[in-house]
Amino acid sequence: MQWETVIGLEVHTQLSTQTKIFSGASTAFGAAPNTQACAVDIALPGVLPVLNRGAVERAIRFGLAIGAKLNRNNVFDRKNYFYPDLPKGYQISQLALPIVEAGELTVLLPSTGSGTAEEKTIRITRAHLEEDAGKSLHEDFHGEDGRPLTGIDLNRAGTPLLEIVSEPDLRSAKEAVAYARALHTLVTWIGICDGNMQEGSFRVDANVSVRPLGQKEYGTRREIKNLNSFKFLEQAINYEVRWQIEQIEDGHRIVQATVLFDPDTGETRMMRSKEDAHDYRYFPDPDLLPVKLDEDWIAQIRAGLPELPRQKQARYVSELGLSAYDASVLTSSKWTADYFEAMLSSAGIAQVKACANWVTGGLAAYLNQMDSSPDLCTVTPQQAASVVKRVADGTINGKIAKEIFDALWKGEGADADQIIEARGLKQVSDSGAIVAIIEEVMAANAKSVEEFRAGKEKAFNALVGQVMKASKGKANPAQVNELLKNKLGAG
Amino acid sequence: MTDTIKHLSALLVAGKASSVELCQDYLGRIARLNPQLNAFVSVDPDRTLAEAQAADARRAGGNVGIPAGPLTGVPIAHKDIFCAEGWLTTCGSKMLSNFVSPYDAHVIEQFKLAGMPALGKTNMDEFAMGSSNETSYFGPVKNPWDTSRVPGGSSGGSAAAVAGRLCPGATGTDTGGSIRQPAAFTGITGLKPTYGVVSRYGMIAFASSLDQAGPMAQTAEDCACLLNIMAGHDPRDSTSLERDKEDYARDLSLPLAGLKVGLPREFFGAGLTGDTARAVEAAIAQLQKQGAQIVEIGLPNSKLSVAAYYVLAPAEASSNLSRFDGVRYGYRTPEYGNLAEMYEKTRAEGFGPEVKRRIMIGAYVLSHGYYDAYYLQAQKLRRLIAQDFVEAFKVCDLILGPTAPTTAFKLGEKTADPVEMYLSDIYTIAVNLAGLPGMSLPCGFDAQGLPIGMQLIGNYFAEARMLNVAHQYQLATDWHTRAPPLPETSGVRW
Repeated sequence: MQWETVIGLEVHTQLSTQTKIFSGASTAFGAAPNTQACAVDIALPGVLPVLNRGAVERAIRFGLAIGAKLNRNNVFDRKNYFYPDLPKGYQISQLALPIVEAGELTVLLPSTGSGTAEEKTIRITRAHLEEDAGKSLHEDFHGEDGRPLTGIDLNRAGTPLLEIVSEPDLRSAKEAVAYARALHTLVTWIGICDGNMQEGSFRVDANVSVRPLGQKEYGTRREIKNLNSFKFLEQAINYEVRWQIEQIEDGHRIVQATVLFDPDTGETRMMRSKEDAHDYRYFPDPDLLPVKLDEDWIAQIRAGLPELPRQKQARYVSELGLSAYDASVLTSSKWTADYFEAMLSSAGIAQVKACANWVTGGLAAYLNQMDSSPDLCTVTPQQAASVVKRVADGTINGKIAKEIFDALWKGEGADADQIIEARGLKQVSDSGAIVAIIEEVMAANAKSVEEFRAGKEKAFNALVGQVMKASKGKANPAQVNELLKNKLGAG
Repeated sequence: MTDTIKHLSALLVAGKASSVELCQDYLGRIARLNPQLNAFVSVDPDRTLAEAQAADARRAGGNVGIPAGPLTGVPIAHKDIFCAEGWLTTCGSKMLSNFVSPYDAHVIEQFKLAGMPALGKTNMDEFAMGSSNETSYFGPVKNPWDTSRVPGGSSGGSAAAVAGRLCPGATGTDTGGSIRQPAAFTGITGLKPTYGVVSRYGMIAFASSLDQAGPMAQTAEDCACLLNIMAGHDPRDSTSLERDKEDYARDLSLPLAGLKVGLPREFFGAGLTGDTARAVEAAIAQLQKQGAQIVEIGLPNSKLSVAAYYVLAPAEASSNLSRFDGVRYGYRTPEYGNLAEMYEKTRAEGFGPEVKRRIMIGAYVLSHGYYDAYYLQAQKLRRLIAQDFVEAFKVCDLILGPTAPTTAFKLGEKTADPVEMYLSDIYTIAVNLAGLPGMSLPCGFDAQGLPIGMQLIGNYFAEARMLNVAHQYQLATDWHTRAPPLPETSGVRW
């Protein structure tokens, strides 16, 4: 039987406010436990929440970026359950009236071999504001009798989250990853989330089910909780899908459940079944008034939105003549697009392809070595542009350009000119000098010359290589080709 | 009257008494009478006297920065529901019997700014759940008029303390009548302001959408002075209203001519005992004599208010009280094997039966499958009840009726039947559901010599008008000047 996978994602994005969603405590990551938890976060008797407008503003920005409906009147609800890291015994969230409803995000799917990338629009059901819980620390705590204890760190309690819930529109792990990546790009692009997955700023829950291909009804889903990397997201879904198909083919039924992914074994395991599900006893939080969004505020936020990734992509193709693939890579993050545009403005529009190649190629490779953190990029767009310009005006060739980029990356010069000067890398375009080298090389490689003349075309390339080597890479390659041909022909 | 806030303020202003002298006198009286009344849960004479000294220094204009106000140096007592830095803040519960607050409630801050020393924290029903002060973990408060009777609740400690002259004024809170009913039972004046007038920050929540703090004192004039200090916008409470500061005493001396008083026919039917009915009717006649006109009105949905209240208030309470879990502060059971057992035993041992009953009711009405039938229905009733008042205030300025159906009952008389206890608040609850201001003031005594209270209900923000009417009534009557038969209450102390 052929099976179809159905996936919907719930993504918890941590909003980039300085202070918490209902208190004035700092949201900075990594402080000593409980040093960023104020009376409200600890839920002392008598304290009250006060909504941080910055969190609302960021939610509006997201809603506008996905073309969603913004609920002009949205309400905070209490989700009641007991857990030691949930100080109030309830989480303030939004159930019936979320701030954002019915948006969509179009993503470029990974190409399926034919080469042309395919687009898919994923519907976003809703996005609602809520507060994060604290953390339970199960290690390093012991009582006087040596018994293990659990510590509670409330620094994270009250951190603003926007939970973004998609429709079950995704049909494979690859699609889910493509959507999650596009969402990650968008939330960092519009500046509402720092996107740091290691620190938990972008956490994904995946609802996964399978059904026989062609069946209309959805299968029973299981929810994989708290995936904090795209790699784990893909692995977890793939494992889960295989597991569910096996179960069904073995005659078992899928039981609705929440599961965890174990990166060490690559498997998902059951956390709780539907029978253990809480009754959260949601009701509107009487401590908070309904949030009213006024039109002026929305208009102001709309005016402040940057050009979005898809708009930019389209413009790169239509105005700059770049390929759809290049355009999508260049808009994979705000940082990348900003870098590309700064480099282009320094190098000049004629160098658009060269700039795109550097950003999608060389720079990407360097960043990969550095674990992809743009903070570690040592070559400024202007420095990169200086190299491209020297290639364009014939001062250096492509091979030398790589050497210069490498020197710039290592901080061995201020710009291309300085390195060219210091290392004497200027391209040799003097015919006399090149001919002299060619003659030396032909004399030393008589065998290759013979072979070429006997009709072996490959020997030509070997000779070019020898000439370039003898010139220490500086000879103008086009001239080398032309002059060598002449010499051999004249032979 | 020699021990009203107004009188004590005049003494201080004239330099005829110091705050330290006043506080020492009240502390002495608390020491002598509190064992009988159990009105105070905590006193801390050193702290009180230090605050009194600071107040005297402010009055003397010494090196203290903030100039003295009219009430600087007048002592006050606080219901133990208000978090006060350095004070044990128990809310009448074993759960918080060891909780020393690290911060001040907005109301406490305001009284500190005014320079009013705190005499202590007053007893109350556990988490303000009760109408007789019998649910307190610290034992019941006794009514100073008859110590075999309850003072009402939940602000019973504050009411008994004011009535027994253990303090000149006190703070209270009112979720369904918890200022007004004890004020009526103890023969004092108490006011619950419009919801949102006084910040709830630092006031331990019972039912957030109904809770409101207010003053309790001997006279309407004193209540106006105290409300001037308590009221005002506080950005830390999102339900605190952004309104300009107003002087609640500004209209006290206005004549009552032309005042239209609405009498809800639902408040004068069966269930009202003879003495209470007669006293309230006499008060109406008195107001008419002072120029008020009487209008009959209907509050047809008010009969549903107790039912709606006992869905909504427990629903909110069940959630508000979830934070008392033994993890971070307060009581924690000494013996437990795992987390679930720690929660269960802590809450089973830390809460009393009335609190547990309301948490159970609240959890039930919010649970899946029952929410629509109970919680949502009750919210609809709440809107209908509020709408009744909107209609009523089209034809009258104030509504008048009894505060409670009976006078103070015997200790233990109603503890076996929670529903009968809940009906003590039958006239007061609708006011909280509508968010309106309400007050109780003495209007007579029953055959047993127990005080009777009448209730004034105003439109939103009509506190100044209500205080005006109450003050004018008190100028013409002397019910509010009668003191209970305790030692030293009849003589002139100051």
